[in-house]
Amino acid sequence: MTILETIIIALIKIVLIIVLMLLSVAYTVYFERKIAAWVQNRKGPNRVGWLGLLQPFADVFKLLLKEDIVPEKANKILHTLAPFIALFVSFATYAVITIGPAVEIFGYKINLVVADVNIGILYVLALTSLGVYGITFAGWSSGSKYSLLGGIRSSAQMISYEVSMGFSIAGVIMLSQSLSPMKIVDSQYGWMWNAVVQPIGFITFLVSAFAETNRLPFDLPEAEPELVGGYHTEYSSFKFAGFFLAEYANMIVASMMIVTLYLGGYQIPYIDKLGLNSTLLVFLQIGAFLLKVAFFMFFFIWVRWSLPRFRYDQLMDLGWKVMFPLSLLNLVWVALLIMIFGF
Amino acid sequence: MAEKKRLKNLTFLEKMYIPEIVKGLALTLKQMLSPSVTMQYPEVKFEPPASYRGRPVLVQETNGTERCVACGLCSRVCPALAIEVQAAETELEKERYPQKFEINMLRCIFCGFCEEVCPEEAIVMSKDYELVFQNRESAIYGKDKLLVPVDELKDRIDFLRKFKK
Repeated sequence: MTILETIIIALIKIVLIIVLMLLSVAYTVYFERKIAAWVQNRKGPNRVGWLGLLQPFADVFKLLLKEDIVPEKANKILHTLAPFIALFVSFATYAVITIGPAVEIFGYKINLVVADVNIGILYVLALTSLGVYGITFAGWSSGSKYSLLGGIRSSAQMISYEVSMGFSIAGVIMLSQSLSPMKIVDSQYGWMWNAVVQPIGFITFLVSAFAETNRLPFDLPEAEPELVGGYHTEYSSFKFAGFFLAEYANMIVASMMIVTLYLGGYQIPYIDKLGLNSTLLVFLQIGAFLLKVAFFMFFFIWVRWSLPRFRYDQLMDLGWKVMFPLSLLNLVWVALLIMIFGF
Repeated sequence: MAEKKRLKNLTFLEKMYIPEIVKGLALTLKQMLSPSVTMQYPEVKFEPPASYRGRPVLVQETNGTERCVACGLCSRVCPALAIEVQAAETELEKERYPQKFEINMLRCIFCGFCEEVCPEEAIVMSKDYELVFQNRESAIYGKDKLLVPVDELKDRIDFLRKFKK
């Protein structure tokens, strides 16, 4: 492949991913509202388009038509910058997510990932840590006490849970001996999914993922009854849409990470034993990945409409006194597995 | 944080949250699968029971006259001062009838006192809950809008005979 071809292929992948991303975010919002309605025995949006399927576009249109208000006491530059940080972070993480095995299209061997970097997981961790800045800046620069409280809570929460998240990932990395998402997926051949091999790590990662994405039961940064709207109280119009988009995009990234790290990514156990045609196999595997991700998206929404919010001290208790020791325990467990059974 | 005295300390299993979380998730899943109770309003309309207090109306007898004798009790009892009655005489043995009977629907609070105080069963609450006006003038309902044939109000009148003391 020449450099030009590589660039063109990368560009096509980027455009595809961005379009798919925006669409999936839009429909996550739609399903969030639908599932909320089902849980509460309602019908949910069903007026705009068939079954309300055009509702997300109506929502976005409404948001963009609103007046963009910047508070008088706000730090204008940071106030504008914050939603873009949040958006950038959540979109950039998609670059390393592997949605399927390598395929051959028109004679080119193409990995179904935008950037197959060998430190993919580290990249995701680094970017999600950066995501704190978006929220903290938003809280601080708004010049409002509610925003500030939301921002502070968010930074404390994300830093605390990042610790247990990092340690849970360490267990996965010990087994796969690589930071590349593709290698991690390959290491979970058959039923050797990390969720089966290291269930404690799976639970700690799942809980940390909820905390990292600021979803209920850990949505303290935007606790409506206490903080009006949390860090985005003072945002409207496009900037608010930015935060909104980023939150749901983060949810999708978190689901994809959970599937990649713990549920064997795009793998269907022992499907290669069936001797299927390779094109069919690729489609099945992409389908399996999307199905697993969809389940976790549903789980995120399901949990949101089931559980009450944690109190702040309970949140910190859980983070430092339960999740952190558990993730360390998981690390010891994986080390024992490697030592005794030689995984 | 200091250890608090509670009525009942949580057991280890309860402190793990997980069994309780699973219970909660199971409950919401059950609700998700149960049918919705939503009525699709403009297409499907709510049919109120007889006890429903909708728009107050005047009962129109089968011969086309109103039952009201313009005693003005409804107007007096109305806490929101929404009713205005002006009486006039007739040649009939009933002697009086309302020359003008107006209810300001912006003032009406649907308390049903007018119906309760009426000695003639002449003003009753209907099942009509769709009240729309474009301006304040059209919110004042005159006799043309208030008179409703007695057949349409049978439900409410039966209800009143059963429960009104």
